[in-house]
Amino acid sequence: MRVNFTVNGRPQEADDVWEGESLLYVLRERLGLPGSKNACEQGECGSCTVRLDGVPVCSCLVAAGQAEGREVVTVEGLADHARQRSRGGSRGVPLDEAKAWQAGGPGSRTGEEAELSTVQQAFIDAGAVQCGFCTPGLLVAADEMLEHNPDPSDADIREALSGNLCRCTGYEKIMDAVRLAAARQSGEV
Amino acid sequence: MPANGAPTKITQGSRSRGGIGESTLRPDGTLKVTGEFAYSSDMWHEDMLWGQILRSTVAHAEIVSIDTSEALALPGVYAVMTYDDLPTEVRNYGLEIQDTPVLAHGKVRHHGEPVAIVAADHPETARRAAAKIKVEYRELPVVTDEASATAPDAVLVHEDRDDHHAGHVPHPNIVHRQPIVRGDVASARGRADVIVEGEYTFGMQDQAFLGPESGLAVPEEDGGVHLYIATQWLHSDLRQMAPVLGLPEDKVRMTLAGVGGAFGGREDLSMQIHACLLALRTGKPVKIVYNRFESFFGHVHRHPAKLYYEHGATRDGKLTHMKCRIVLDGGAYASASPAVVGNASSLSVGPYVVDDVDIEAIALYTNNPPCGAMRGFGAVQACFAYEAQMDKLARELGMDPVEFRQLNAMEQGTLMPTGQPVDSPAPVAELLRRVKAMPLPPERQWESSEGADVRQLPGGLSNTTHGEGVVRGVGYAVGIKNVGFSEGFDDYSTARVRMEVVAGEPVATVHTAMAEVGQGGVTVHAQIARTELGVAQVTIHPADTKVGSAGSTSASRQTYVTGGAVKNACELVREQVLEIGRRRFGSYHPAWATAELLLEGGKVVTDGGEVLADLVDVLGDEAVEVEREWRHRPTEAFDLRTGQGNGHVQYSFAAHRAVVEVDTELGLVKVVELACAQDVGKALNPLSVVGQIQGGTTQGLGVAVMEEIIVDPKTAKVRNPSFTDYLIPTILDTPTIPVDVLELADDHAPYGLRGIGEAPTLSSTPAVLAAIRNATGLELDRTPVRPEHLTGTA
Repeated sequence: MRVNFTVNGRPQEADDVWEGESLLYVLRERLGLPGSKNACEQGECGSCTVRLDGVPVCSCLVAAGQAEGREVVTVEGLADHARQRSRGGSRGVPLDEAKAWQAGGPGSRTGEEAELSTVQQAFIDAGAVQCGFCTPGLLVAADEMLEHNPDPSDADIREALSGNLCRCTGYEKIMDAVRLAAARQSGEV
Repeated sequence: MPANGAPTKITQGSRSRGGIGESTLRPDGTLKVTGEFAYSSDMWHEDMLWGQILRSTVAHAEIVSIDTSEALALPGVYAVMTYDDLPTEVRNYGLEIQDTPVLAHGKVRHHGEPVAIVAADHPETARRAAAKIKVEYRELPVVTDEASATAPDAVLVHEDRDDHHAGHVPHPNIVHRQPIVRGDVASARGRADVIVEGEYTFGMQDQAFLGPESGLAVPEEDGGVHLYIATQWLHSDLRQMAPVLGLPEDKVRMTLAGVGGAFGGREDLSMQIHACLLALRTGKPVKIVYNRFESFFGHVHRHPAKLYYEHGATRDGKLTHMKCRIVLDGGAYASASPAVVGNASSLSVGPYVVDDVDIEAIALYTNNPPCGAMRGFGAVQACFAYEAQMDKLARELGMDPVEFRQLNAMEQGTLMPTGQPVDSPAPVAELLRRVKAMPLPPERQWESSEGADVRQLPGGLSNTTHGEGVVRGVGYAVGIKNVGFSEGFDDYSTARVRMEVVAGEPVATVHTAMAEVGQGGVTVHAQIARTELGVAQVTIHPADTKVGSAGSTSASRQTYVTGGAVKNACELVREQVLEIGRRRFGSYHPAWATAELLLEGGKVVTDGGEVLADLVDVLGDEAVEVEREWRHRPTEAFDLRTGQGNGHVQYSFAAHRAVVEVDTELGLVKVVELACAQDVGKALNPLSVVGQIQGGTTQGLGVAVMEEIIVDPKTAKVRNPSFTDYLIPTILDTPTIPVDVLELADDHAPYGLRGIGEAPTLSSTPAVLAAIRNATGLELDRTPVRPEHLTGTA
């Protein structure tokens, strides 16, 4: 089957999709967006977390066909998503940005060029990244939490991120990173 | 050249920005937060196929027949291979003992053993094809524990053993046995005023790294193959793979792909050979990615263990003697079992002074899942048991458990039970003092103005209590772990360092085969190069087999050994750079010949701070490159009868204090805080050091209260191969982990550093158990503790 949906503000079309394929598989293997991770593929670890029409979901549990006509934000689009939000949350991509995307295609930016969102930079600065396999899902989940809860308590952070497993860090530096991102977003630091 | 392992004494110090001792940030951080870091499961190649492994559905059986015809007939299938399709007579592999079949040969010995492999154009096609392979099994009886495995009429897991341990083990189902005898236990026992015994059980833990086993094998025009792979040791993989593939090692190219954690679970091969076989057979690139279910079958686990301990002490609290037997279940294949036995036995006393000991450790062959390396490697199981014994003794003697430990704590100069002196700082009593001195978390912290915040209570949002039935407990533990490969292993690493001018700036390139698995070795290598070469720009070359072996990313050894290799290579590069400088500019300034010279801030300076030349001018268009192997001090094998020998390189110490709250009615545990104090020798990157300690602590917490692979004792089948049923700590299960880092230099090690990755995994578990015992008054002789053990319903 063919699936049409929007990924990180850009219309995407995936052909020859087998009906049993997950949204995660289509993102990773058909659209060249492997940032969403495949740690368990059974909805337990959160490493594949994406926003589906704004709602964080485990993309391994979403059949690709369910994404038809909907908007998906992955870790690859997190920085742009944050930029748009800071402009007032208007939907759609300004023409110059869309052209920039087309020039390189999704996932073609190198690390040095990338402009990071607050939460992405905070994860680096706080030492919240070790192997990094949980990081994309945690970033999407943490960014979503900070969107509606800009001043979370520690218990709020733990509750919001309880669906995302990390095996390396013991979560302490992830807590630090989210606290740091919240403080930076509110201009406290 | 300095002698092997000797301190070089020519460290430049850490005056360079971004050098050692600073919390510089990961060079791969940006790629990892943008989703662009290429992990092994992210590899993609035009025209690639997907590989799938068919695994045994039973634990022990003869294979009567395999019929692959239906699978081969499925459209989209390119190849199906079984044992009969292997290209050479080398059909087994293994880290130390080559007992593991690439594909089952007439017999399977554990649940989930690879039987056949498939390549197809879509992963689902490959899965369906594998399901169409018909395997007829004739089931055999299983051996699953010491009693069944060592019975006189026990079924042998491996008939006709001819490995180098076969001659000295008392039964063919024992992989390796290591006794350690020192002093005179019988007479020491006579001096004891109190004697405590215990029988302890340690459950099977999984590494549960998040990045699944995966990789991409690309056939090459010269008949070779290039494998992009997540592993802990490229050259060990290569050594095991090439003979099976029938290729010389230079035709098997290995490049490290992004590794999503390891923790010991990637020391053994998983899909490496299978992917290469399918690529060579089909002439197409082949990608294999395990799902989580398969991952539980695709790597070895931590040895479950039974531990029998007896300790004695005098009335004034001095340990008299220790006797122990440690029985590790190695499962169906040897993997790292012999080395785990060596660790468990030699570290079985813990960080204490006990002169009279009688120790035996064995690993069994059974039909349970194979067990091998996991963070802590034999020392974890022992620590769980000896720390429980320490608490029992303290209680018998009416002493404070921390004071009792401090009274018996080893220090620099103490002899290990192997007779090896501990010849660097061993601040065991001090670590206990520090962890005890940390402020305790406030009582009843769930109380708020709006009533109880159930998120802070055992059971959490399940809303099972608002504080009723909840009791607090505090527990302590301390442990000792060896660093590096022991028992005479030639544990070297190789580094290639290049220095040249690029775009008007001096740049160092560091090339090693070290597997970066998340620990931050790449960060540290750049720091070392900045410190030693005085440059700002350091490029970390991708790890591959174009450079010599770096050894394994395990045993807490990489910063020590590959860090040491990088340091050594940098020093040699520095000498050559200075030699060029003397040649070119020596006549302009006498200091070139007379002063101690440093490289700092991109310049050659005297130790008095006078600038002699810019590195850019010294180097011109010359590049200086050095590749060199580096070794730590050699070690010796343990005597097979007495266990005596200088077997270890270095020791690492950590202590924990756990605070728990237990809902005694439901048996639910909330770990409120898990504080750690650890001696790290020298923190090359303090941020990473603390991250390692917190991560290791959390894995110890996991096996204290939730993590266990359940194997059916009747069938030896795995019951919970998923993250639904095998639980690892979430952010809700994990408490705050305050860390106190002590830096007492080990003069034998580069920069005085101490390997740090594993020690925190040891003492975390027994500290949590001690806290639960303290809260509930229960004995609790097994880990993990589940609700039924706390409510008396087990």
